[in-house]
Amino acid sequence: MEHILNVKNLHVSYGVVPALRNISFHVDEGEIVALIGPNGAGKTTALHTISGLLKPKEGFILYEGRDISGIEAHKLVKESISQVPEGRGIFPILTVAENINLGAYLRKDKDGIRRDKEWVYNIFPRLKERMNQVGGTLSGGEQQMLAIARALMARPRLLLLDEPSMGLAPVIVEDIFKIIKKINKENGTTILLVEQNAQMALTASHRAYVIEVGEIVNEGCSKELKKDDRIQKAYLGI
Amino acid sequence: MFLQQLVNGITVGAIYAMVALGYTMVYGVLQIVNWAHADVLMFGTFIGLLLTNVFHMPLFAMAVLAAAFTAALGMSVEIVAYRPIKSGNRRMAVLVSALGMSTFLQNLAQLVFGSSSQPFPTIEKVTYTIGKVTFTNIQLIILGITAIMLFILYMIVYKSKIGIAMRACSVSIPNAKLMGINTNFIISLTFGIGAFMAGIAGICIATYYNAVYPTMGYLLGMKAFAAAILGGIGSIPGSVLGGFVIGIFESLGAGYLSSGYRDAYAFIVMILVLAIRPSGFMGAKHIDKV
Ligand SMILES: Nc1ncnc2c1ncn2[C@@H]1O[C@H](COP(=O)(O)OP(=O)(O)OP(=O)(O)O)[C@@H](O)[C@H]1O
Ligand SMILES: [Mg+2]
Repeated sequence: MEHILNVKNLHVSYGVVPALRNISFHVDEGEIVALIGPNGAGKTTALHTISGLLKPKEGFILYEGRDISGIEAHKLVKESISQVPEGRGIFPILTVAENINLGAYLRKDKDGIRRDKEWVYNIFPRLKERMNQVGGTLSGGEQQMLAIARALMARPRLLLLDEPSMGLAPVIVEDIFKIIKKINKENGTTILLVEQNAQMALTASHRAYVIEVGEIVNEGCSKELKKDDRIQKAYLGI
Repeated sequence: MFLQQLVNGITVGAIYAMVALGYTMVYGVLQIVNWAHADVLMFGTFIGLLLTNVFHMPLFAMAVLAAAFTAALGMSVEIVAYRPIKSGNRRMAVLVSALGMSTFLQNLAQLVFGSSSQPFPTIEKVTYTIGKVTFTNIQLIILGITAIMLFILYMIVYKSKIGIAMRACSVSIPNAKLMGINTNFIISLTFGIGAFMAGIAGICIATYYNAVYPTMGYLLGMKAFAAAILGGIGSIPGSVLGGFVIGIFESLGAGYLSSGYRDAYAFIVMILVLAIRPSGFMGAKHIDKV
């Protein structure tokens, strides 16, 4: 079967400083794949390159069989790739409803949009209560929910999540991950998940890659990786 | 006397407000000061003169067409002078590029239209007197046009999908891109809207003072910029308020203190307000949650 996302020999640098050196990984349709690694490993760089915010120096990004490397970010949204940025990236001066509407910015199907709004407000009832509040007044957890809800409004076939657990209390992290799994199960949305919280990421995902200083150093089925000695020492604090 | 100066101050304040909006909107999306803004305005006003003298267009049609030209010029300035600058010491490079563009436009205007002041077509003046206050039909028209422009701007920025996209860009260009927003188009549009209003303002002030000249943008631009800073640059309502405050203080200062310092009052007001509120009347309050 063809991979929905196939990243091959990707090199990315900031100016002359390399951030990703020859990384390759893939995601299959319907999977949750985690990319775990410490601060500065290059996880965000990898997501930005897939979503088109950064251009690779070398390598390919095949999405549904087509090379998308170098295509501008706003055009990839139309191809149903949606990214929830690190630190949520909601628009604090816009209301919750306006943020949600922006998720459907390129869509023209009014009925579909209305249905999807109902759907995301159903997943995140707290957002519905706060519809007319500006995004900046939400709590951190609510902002993360808003960022996910907004990304879902684009009806992604590939959802990129950048550290959804960042700065959130453990109970809220549990909630968010439950929802991520639910979206994957019920909608079949393929998810590429970047995390420092290896525990949560390995529990939620089917497969995972470990990235360190711009290189993939380990990969495998998440269940197995959780039992791996080195991973337990380095990432799970066991 | 007070009411009379107030009326005059509100009239010029309306013009400052329209020009200030161009500075503030561009600053809002790109965090740069478009120093060529006032020269774009001047050039557009000369085009208005050309449309009247050569093509004998009626005033209102001329104003709309000249403003459309100003908008196109403003958008070109962004594409030529700012868009190519992507890396390095961006702020410094943009500043130099902006000043270069400003000088270029002034020199081009001198070359094409001549360096002297030229009379601007106006309409027959009608004067009304209520009590001790005298005002003209031109003042009323300027205020009416300003009200219409502000209403249209309000509808665009706060009620339309494009406006939401603009405000999203003002928060974060990369995050706006992730929504599928063509941010270059929105930036272009922002320059266009700002320059269109400046074009209208240029025609208004040229009609009001019956003059157009290549350096007309200089003081007008500085005062409008002061208005934008005073209101809190990046804030649309702030700039409108700033424009009116500066217009009114300038008029009262000229009337009560000394008209010799007319052009200084705008900056005195700006400095006084910033000493008390460094972010201006409505300067960005940052709400950051981690
Ligand atoms: N805009 C930038 N300019 C220059 N270097 C950058 C830039 N962004 C990231 N880097 C560098 O690239 C490397 C990878 O950064 P990246 O943000 O991708 O890491 P990350 O794995 O997402 O880390 P974190 O978990 O802290 O978010 C780091 O060394 C970082 O310093
Ligand atoms: Mg990161």
